[in-house]
Amino acid sequence: MLKFLVYRVATIVPVLLGVSIVVFLMMKLIPGDPAEAILGPAATTEKIEMVRKSLGLDRPFYVQYVRWLWKVVQGDFGTSIAVNVPVAQLVWPKFWNTVLLTAGSLVICIVVGLGVGIVSGTRQYSWFDRISMSLTLVVANTPAFWLGLILMVVLALYLGWFPATGMYSMRASEKTVADLIHHMVLPAITTASVSAAIIARLVRSSFLDVIRKHYITALRAKGLSERDIILRHGMKNALPPIINIVGLQVGYLMGGALFTEVVFSWPGIGLQIYSSIVARDLPVVQAAVLVTTFVFVLVNLGTDVVVAALDPRIRRA
Amino acid sequence: MSVVNLPVKEEPLDGRGLPLDAAEAQMFRRPSEWRIFWEAFSRDRLAVGAAVLIGLVCLVSLLAPVLAPYDPTVGDNALRLAPVGTPGHPLGLDGQGRDILSRLIWGGQVSIIIALLPVTVASLISVLLGLVAGFFGGKVDMVIMRALDVFFAFPAVLLAVAIAGVLGPGMLNVMLSLTIVLIPYISRVAYMATVTVKSELFVDQARVSGARPSQILFHHILPNTLSPVIVYGSTLVGILIVLGAGLSFLGLGITPPRPDWGIMCSDGRNFLSVAPHVSAVPGIMLILVAMSFNIVGDGLRDALDPKLRK
Amino acid sequence: MSPAVSDALLEVDDLHTHFHLKNKTVRAVNGVSFAIKRGEIVGIAGESGAGKSVACLSILRLVPSPGRIERGRILFSGEDLLTKSDRQMRDLRGQTVSMVFEDPLNSLDPAYTVGSLIGEALILHKGLSRREARTKAGELLRLVGIPDPERRLDNYAHELSGGMQQRVMIAIALSCDPALLIADNPTTALDVTIQIQILDLVKQLRDRLGMGVLWITHDLGVVAKLCDRVVIMYAGEVMEQGRVYDVLKHPRHPYTRRLIDALPKLGRPDQRLLPIEGRPPDPANLPAGCPFAPRCHRARPECETGEVPLVETGDGRAVRCLFPEE
Repeated sequence: MLKFLVYRVATIVPVLLGVSIVVFLMMKLIPGDPAEAILGPAATTEKIEMVRKSLGLDRPFYVQYVRWLWKVVQGDFGTSIAVNVPVAQLVWPKFWNTVLLTAGSLVICIVVGLGVGIVSGTRQYSWFDRISMSLTLVVANTPAFWLGLILMVVLALYLGWFPATGMYSMRASEKTVADLIHHMVLPAITTASVSAAIIARLVRSSFLDVIRKHYITALRAKGLSERDIILRHGMKNALPPIINIVGLQVGYLMGGALFTEVVFSWPGIGLQIYSSIVARDLPVVQAAVLVTTFVFVLVNLGTDVVVAALDPRIRRA
Repeated sequence: MSVVNLPVKEEPLDGRGLPLDAAEAQMFRRPSEWRIFWEAFSRDRLAVGAAVLIGLVCLVSLLAPVLAPYDPTVGDNALRLAPVGTPGHPLGLDGQGRDILSRLIWGGQVSIIIALLPVTVASLISVLLGLVAGFFGGKVDMVIMRALDVFFAFPAVLLAVAIAGVLGPGMLNVMLSLTIVLIPYISRVAYMATVTVKSELFVDQARVSGARPSQILFHHILPNTLSPVIVYGSTLVGILIVLGAGLSFLGLGITPPRPDWGIMCSDGRNFLSVAPHVSAVPGIMLILVAMSFNIVGDGLRDALDPKLRK
Repeated sequence: MSPAVSDALLEVDDLHTHFHLKNKTVRAVNGVSFAIKRGEIVGIAGESGAGKSVACLSILRLVPSPGRIERGRILFSGEDLLTKSDRQMRDLRGQTVSMVFEDPLNSLDPAYTVGSLIGEALILHKGLSRREARTKAGELLRLVGIPDPERRLDNYAHELSGGMQQRVMIAIALSCDPALLIADNPTTALDVTIQIQILDLVKQLRDRLGMGVLWITHDLGVVAKLCDRVVIMYAGEVMEQGRVYDVLKHPRHPYTRRLIDALPKLGRPDQRLLPIEGRPPDPANLPAGCPFAPRCHRARPECETGEVPLVETGDGRAVRCLFPEE
């Protein structure tokens, strides 16, 4: 297990380096000169040269990269072009808002996905199974931004059950958890929708798989109740692929949250990326993508380790 | 040299690695392989229905200049936001008084191409990458697959948005970003298929009979990596239609006033409480088409998998 | 029907278990009757597909989904199991009647250690604590002849050899001192030497614990070595039953005769093995009359029409044949 852990941690180092190179190059490949972008079209050639020099743009690529990476490792992502504050200052609070939204969606994903999947998987071809599987097929193919709009129309605008946008009420004097959750319900459902449907389908098929195994009959012959068989033995055996897909979905949620954040004006990193793209504030986009991807890689690492820890065949190796 | 270089015949093998007798081998001949596939697929009524729907949508989109009743970019201000069922405008009108049906038909062109083309191009590149990495192994394998791992590390949606955003709005940029995002995923499928096929007995047999590496690669391995890629690709088209529409929704795709389904959803955002149909109609279309590709992909998978075929 | 014989532990009476598929009904078990006394080892033998396993699963009411017990009685200690509630059945399973399966690796949950799999039944049925269950599990492993049992408790099934796995299965089955042990082809996956060890073990345990054993096999050699009595099944019906010595030495049903002839014998290298021509009938489309008639060299026209009854000939012997051998 320790060997596996060390090996798995070692593999992410080159991946993260590669990610940083890609993100760095992505900004280099954009049409136009960043110095010009900062100064605007009216700038003189001399002034542009000066800014280029101060940004290190006159140096070779690899020097620029190493310098940039060195700063990034220290948490310095440069300065925002649009609002002229350090990027890190701009990105971190937004990032935490996205983490909140992702966590909320994940809870929905796991509860709905596991619940629907287990019931469907243990009652194949029942009415519940048929209806929920048709529904998950539709939901898995529903664009999140569209679902967000529909939920907003029905539950926020017509019924008024939930606020349509934002993270906290404007009028509220204090930021309370209850207010936050009230605001989070619609965005979280929207973000979770596709992943919950995918998880439900996978949980179902992995339960169908397990429930057909010989050892399930052997457990019945031992006198165990169906509930014990499903929750103790079925669950433990079906869990590794489920955790795997849930881990993957975390990345999807963090990425997919972008659409939700735009629709519901949730002040997260996705909305930040979106508005920075519109404002062509690329250092912010760069930092936001880098931070999110970094977390995504770590989540995948964590998932692999948990799956390995659950599987005695790997754990003993 | 000429002694060993006999014409290579693909000997069909059953599960135990024993050559089948002639009668059974008959079943594995290519044309009947297709027929078996077709019979299996056509028995899946849901998949056939979905395929018909896709064909219909493609056809109608292609014939947009003929079929669309109105110009999709010109509006009738008097009828702004008229609801579904307005005489002459069965799906109503949008915020600028443009006919939603016409925009839907024209928008189909963009929405489908924006998904279909990246999947096709990415599949071609991926098959090449997967084939080369899987077949040659060693350093080539390592360089290609580790490089793809890097792209795999990004959340797909985020990478697509970032690339499209950095490149600036436009249909070509969106398609480029989607292609880049797809390559690591499809390559993995092609790579796994190549590695699996490479270790199968009939490839050993071809090698023993003196087939050249290029012969083995193109005659034996390539055909067997194609079907998983096609199955995976057809499922991806559905996802890509949704993602492509998402990029348009963010304003990164096609430039207005030309429509696609994503931008149409976005257009309706300002009128949600008065005219929800402006956003609802293109969204339903997106779901229908994306779901159809998904169902067809599942149908293809089941029909191509001999184990599931019964 | 005669009342339950006083010393019968299990009495299966006219059991019918059918599988209702979309367009056909597979009659896997079609009117089977037999009995087991306390401390007796009874073998059920026959080709694969004869309905042996389904008959066993029927006793515990564990027939898988499209299958249903249509008719019959399963008297255990005089009580009909088919009239018991699910709850009562669960209490019985693994406690009074337990079962060992064919494929030990796939019959042991891979996600739990051997110790917790054995302890599970003890905790459930005997209300033991985890610690007590573990101690008892260790004793059980020793009982079934596993060396160094304390260490083995923490192993997973895949870490043990096939013979060990089957011993673990038997330990699970024995954990609550069952009155009846049902074993479904438990030694087919094992080497011959291991197989003999397991057979010896079961015999020993029967002598020591006094339980009844129902042993399903398609190997008459195993029957000869292990069992007191044997039931020969074919196409879901009992063809012949009686004491092992009688049935194997003087088979009266042509099918039994052919099964014995198909068996290689030691010290007879010149002997030709006689396979049985033809195939067992399709259980969804059973012929009228004797199901073996189409393959039987003694069959006469009468065999193919009308029911052939199972005729008792005294001394626990019964034959289902119109023209049995003398």
